Amino acid sequence: MSEPPLSAPRRIAIVPARNEEGAIGLVVAEIRAFDPGLDVLVIDDGSVDRTAARAAEAGATVVRLPFNLGIGGAVQTGFMYALAHGYELAVRLDGDGQHDPSELPKLIEPVLRGDADIVVGSRFAAPPFDGDTDSYRPPLARRAGIRFFAGIVSLLVRQRVTDTTSGFQALNGKGIRLFADDYPHDYPEVEATVMVVKHRLRLLEVPVLMREREHGSSSITALRSAYYVLKVTLALLVGVFRRKAVPARD
Amino acid sequence: MTPLRVSIAASIASILLILIVFELIRSRRLRERYALLWLATGVALLVLSAWRGGLNTIAGWVGVSTYPPAVLFAVATVFILAVLLHYSTVISRLSDQSTILAQRVALLEQQALSGSPVAPRDGGAGLRPVPTESATQSES
Ligand SMILES: Nc1nc2c(ncn2[C@@H]2O[C@H](COP(=O)(O)OP(=O)(O)O)[C@@H](O)[C@H]2O)c(=O)[nH]1
Ligand SMILES: [Mg+2]
Repeated sequence: MSEPPLSAPRRIAIVPARNEEGAIGLVVAEIRAFDPGLDVLVIDDGSVDRTAARAAEAGATVVRLPFNLGIGGAVQTGFMYALAHGYELAVRLDGDGQHDPSELPKLIEPVLRGDADIVVGSRFAAPPFDGDTDSYRPPLARRAGIRFFAGIVSLLVRQRVTDTTSGFQALNGKGIRLFADDYPHDYPEVEATVMVVKHRLRLLEVPVLMREREHGSSSITALRSAYYVLKVTLALLVGVFRRKAVPARD
Repeated sequence: MTPLRVSIAASIASILLILIVFELIRSRRLRERYALLWLATGVALLVLSAWRGGLNTIAGWVGVSTYPPAVLFAVATVFILAVLLHYSTVISRLSDQSTILAQRVALLEQQALSGSPVAPRDGGAGLRPVPTESATQSES
């Protein structure tokens, strides 16, 4: 994979993790091997296992939340850290190892070139190889949900979006500032996509491969999926009627 | 048979409830998470108010066919109880969390003032988080 340019800005990898002791060490090590100049911040969101210790051993800076905030609150903590420490480029990867750091150049390069403020890695944008089977494909119901939101969001932002639930992203300073100020709660990715465009930040999707989860299990169970769909649909619907995109946080 | 006026009044009230909840979310005074049950209440009451035949049928099933609007009261009561019970769990979680926050702030303050750590560094990762039973993944 291509080397990031030497003039690369100060950069940070934000990794939310909850009970990922089996995977987090390797995730951190892989990120650091990919780019030693990329500082790794793991947000341990109320894990009851050894996630924080494993991450720290592997060389990450670890922020431990005093109790579980959910992905939105945890990831936003990462953006606040990035803003406070003057990072100009942030990438976000899952702590379960599904996001392959060797795919990061695809996300980072458009940001470095100034082509986009936020780049999202999509599992469904044109596959890089025809008939490729290496890439992880989520289960059918999950794909249907992702399609559903991709359709709605594409309409709302007037831009084709294929994977609104992907947490594999790269952002420049503008993106970091926006998300540090205001980031959706609970399941944030879909709403965040709309928010980004409303704030006139440039959004770009690039095709990436994702891997199968190897340790632990997905936090998105059947009941939570139902909540996910209802909550996000409601938020998108209400969002249409919000004039000001970002009221100050209270 | 349900008096027409009851149906109309109950429909208007349900629509008002839905609109108010919607406006509260829009103005960010109510999070989607805590609005879903209210919206379900509004929709259930609206359906029962507007669908007069359905209300009568249900009234027949539960033995109040002489006064079908009683079903509306019963359904509203059940939903309100559900909302209250849900909020009781939410308040309990919040009070657990504010206890944890106060304890951690106090410990950090003591640490900052005395310059000595209050807790052993766990792999450089700071104070241990306090797992709360109710704080599950999606709860914010
Ligand atoms: N901060 C935080 N991260 C979480 C939580 N639940 C899951 N995660 C992390 O979010 C990432 C994706 O979660 P996962 O359960 O794999 O979801 P999926 O990949 O969409 O099935 C992983 O890095 C998890 O460790 C949570 O409650 N808080
Ligand atoms: Mg995952």
